[in-house]
Amino acid sequence: MQADLSVILPEIILAVFSMAALLGAVYTVKDKLAPMLVWVTAALMVVLGIWIGTSGSGATEAFGGMIVNDAFARFAKVAILFSAAAVMVMGQDYMSKRGMLRFEYPILIALSVIGMMVMVSAGDLMALYMGLELQSLALYVVAALRRDSIKSTEAGLKYFVLGALSSGLLLYGASLVYGFAGTTKFAGIIEVAQHGEVSIGLLFGIVFLISGMAFKVSAVPFHMWTPDVYEGAPTPVTAFFASAPKVAAMGLFARVLHDAFGYAIEDWSQVIALLSVLSMFLGAVAAIGQTDLKRLMAYSSIAHMGYALIGLAAGTALGVQALLIYMSIYVAMNIGTFAFIMMLHRDGKPVTDIAALNQYAKREPGRALGMLVLLFSLAGVPPMLGFFGKFFVLRAAVEADMAWLAIAGVIASVIGAYYYLRIVFFMYFGSEGDDVETSRSPVLLAFFTVGAALMLVGVITTFGLEGAAASAAAMLVN
Amino acid sequence: MDNILSIVTFIPALAAAVMALLMRGEDEAAQRNAKYVALMATSITFFVSLFIYFQFDPSNTGFQFVEERAWIFGLKYKMGVDGISVLFVLLTTFVMPLTILASWSVTTRVKEYMIAFLLLETLMLGVFMALDMVLFYLFFEAGLIPMFLIIGIWGGKDRIYASFKFFLYTFFGSVLMLVAMVAMYFDAGTTDIVKLLAHEFSYASMNVLGIHVLGGMQTLLFLAFFASFAVKMPMWPVHTWLPDAHVQAPTAGSVVLAAILLKMGGYGFLRFSLPMFPVGSEVMTDVILWMSAIAIVYTSLVAMVQEDMKKLIAYSSVAHMGFVTMGIFAANQQGVDGAIFQMLSHGFISAALFLCVGVIYDRMHTRDIDAYGGLVIRMPAYALVFMFFTMGNVGLPGTSGFIGEFLTLMGVFQENTWVAFVATTGVIFSACYALWLYRRVVFGDLIKESLKSIKDMNAREKWIFAPLVAMTLLLGIYPSVVTDVIGPSTEALVQSVNTAVADAGPLWDAAEVDVAATNSH
Repeated sequence: MQADLSVILPEIILAVFSMAALLGAVYTVKDKLAPMLVWVTAALMVVLGIWIGTSGSGATEAFGGMIVNDAFARFAKVAILFSAAAVMVMGQDYMSKRGMLRFEYPILIALSVIGMMVMVSAGDLMALYMGLELQSLALYVVAALRRDSIKSTEAGLKYFVLGALSSGLLLYGASLVYGFAGTTKFAGIIEVAQHGEVSIGLLFGIVFLISGMAFKVSAVPFHMWTPDVYEGAPTPVTAFFASAPKVAAMGLFARVLHDAFGYAIEDWSQVIALLSVLSMFLGAVAAIGQTDLKRLMAYSSIAHMGYALIGLAAGTALGVQALLIYMSIYVAMNIGTFAFIMMLHRDGKPVTDIAALNQYAKREPGRALGMLVLLFSLAGVPPMLGFFGKFFVLRAAVEADMAWLAIAGVIASVIGAYYYLRIVFFMYFGSEGDDVETSRSPVLLAFFTVGAALMLVGVITTFGLEGAAASAAAMLVN
Repeated sequence: MDNILSIVTFIPALAAAVMALLMRGEDEAAQRNAKYVALMATSITFFVSLFIYFQFDPSNTGFQFVEERAWIFGLKYKMGVDGISVLFVLLTTFVMPLTILASWSVTTRVKEYMIAFLLLETLMLGVFMALDMVLFYLFFEAGLIPMFLIIGIWGGKDRIYASFKFFLYTFFGSVLMLVAMVAMYFDAGTTDIVKLLAHEFSYASMNVLGIHVLGGMQTLLFLAFFASFAVKMPMWPVHTWLPDAHVQAPTAGSVVLAAILLKMGGYGFLRFSLPMFPVGSEVMTDVILWMSAIAIVYTSLVAMVQEDMKKLIAYSSVAHMGFVTMGIFAANQQGVDGAIFQMLSHGFISAALFLCVGVIYDRMHTRDIDAYGGLVIRMPAYALVFMFFTMGNVGLPGTSGFIGEFLTLMGVFQENTWVAFVATTGVIFSACYALWLYRRVVFGDLIKESLKSIKDMNAREKWIFAPLVAMTLLLGIYPSVVTDVIGPSTEALVQSVNTAVADAGPLWDAAEVDVAATNSH
């Protein structure tokens, strides 16, 4: 028991902290505590992230295989913790200025992060579902954080209804898998699949599981909630949706498919490839007509999930490595971009209209340049780091004899380049200037600058990202 | 000096970084400073690059000044030059100071303008020096960003359309090349260009989606690279982005585009397509030769009816690039030598022609041919310079244009006489449109009221043209300065291609046997 608990010690610490913070805030000064709470929670997350990142190697199991702590889980956890901390700190100023910073916000984020940490280290369908629900429930509330705004509550409700549906799909799939495999443990499922053919019932179970998880990563055709939720939720929350939960869901996706169904790769790889192609193309095409930055970023994230899924569809260690690298780069780009979006305001109200960026480069050359770097990185144009993410997944696809998927990917990236260029067009070539103001918050500026600088510096050194991703992938794919 | 290539490549980028970080303000002094810093940086780059030229050993057909470092994601940062690339490096460093000088009249966002050009120079130099496939791709693609901004910010009336078209067209071409590069990496196990040149890609015929592909993998890879380089070149029928981009770009942008960026396509053919996929090239040769011939004749005819001076010269560029592709895929010594020569010569002549347009555009702010006439009366020096480069464009013996066209035609004649025959008519057409342009702009009576007070070239403008005139004459009268440098390398290239094609045996017969075999099953 002692040994079991020590495996999930970071989760326990974070959970105990959340409870204590909740109690403390409720019985004391409530919302006035919120800014401090944000910093403390973020600091704790960073500490935990560093601890997990530097702690041990190899794989340990806990609770009879319910929880697995291996290099893959550690990689994903570090990414989740860091990005969650970054987004939380980044949005603090924005939210407190608009009276949205309630003390529940950091606590809910912390709870959802615990859920994500369980997700990526799940070794059992039960643990998987537990983590997923903890994450989702916290996120539903966070999406509707702006109680007095119709859009925000609508976003929360939409997210909740569709999320519940996807949870249902996932549960149904899990029950089918349990029925046909006789166990909920990944290690047990993979043994069943290993001996002889995958039965039709199990196959149905896989498909339902995939549908449920595709909803979480917002892959087409399970993406409908994304644009509305992204647009309706407060921008810091949107930034959060676009980063840590995506990493967690992708991690879970890879973990389930490889750990539980690693012997049925050819069965699910086609499904993932299809999801991937649809996401890339829909994300690219649908974003073209958008006039709202946040909606545009929603479609952009759908397209990016499509690229990340290429790595999963490859079904190889190189593919998982590419997926992890892609997600890390994606999160860094997104944090930078959302920091930029949060800076824009007019008379204290947030501005997300693309046309408001007209002639932005004339007034704010430095910030425009940073955004330019981020946009070209999102588009996957070298020499920005975003290109290397794409390069890696293409490599995985070609290695797995899926050249068609690689070709589809690059064609979608050309279509996608158009809407990133459109933002550049407004910033640099646009006609008469708009009166949009730029927040001078040093925190936002810092995150924005670091995000943009990483896209360039990353081309010279990647800070060991590749090696970490390789060992994480090796742990998952045998 | 074993990292001289990196030094040359990154001097402009360094200057750009210094400007971006240290220079503030938009007043006149700041603008002047930006211009001088850019001019100094590009001039220094040129002088340092002369070391490469003088220390280059032409008799060595391998890569020289090679430097190699570990890079991210298991890739390598590897640079080097051989006889094929060294002169392109020189061309780039030579043209850049002139373009900066030609931009002296820019007044909006001067600092950003100069930064864009300096970064562009770094990226262009990188393309010609990169010896790692991914590094090459990185430089090749990254060049789109500054050019996109140059056209979009400092361009003409329809600059938005032109910049998007430019970016998306070329981006689409090159992403297919990226997939091909990844496939090559898995086949050869390396991204090192030197090793890839020695690697033999499979040319066994195969079926793709029910279509019988002669030359198999080599042909497929060739086509993917072709998509990229043909757009960049640009070849007919994917040339339509070029006239738009040229017309809308500022003068200096047009100069860089014509003089250097277009050469990347030709360089790519020589570095990748021809030596790495000789069998694929052999399969496609006839198609490409005819495409080139069509390009030469068709775009020459289109050039004749243009009302816009820049558009006319842009179409003439496409025609001249037709000679280049023709020469390259003739795959013999004269053809390849001629193609490189033609590219260098076009680099000087087309740059000068766009500068000529720029001179009068700066004064009159129109490029309509009809808005001019009789300029010789007010601008004798200009008339002389314009005359000289018009003759160069036509290919008058004594100018570099003649040598390039003559060599490529000679090369093609041995490979496919009919293509040579058709292409030669292009020489006549080029005389038609170029001389007609000259007559309409420079000769005739000076009747337009607005032109009566136009001033002749000033000292700065004369100094821009002087080196271009000198180079065009030097190459025209003494072509050995080029052919001696490139000769050994092209000879080795042609030999290796011919050996590979000979080893592959008769392709078409083998294909018939293949088809017969599959039918009998």
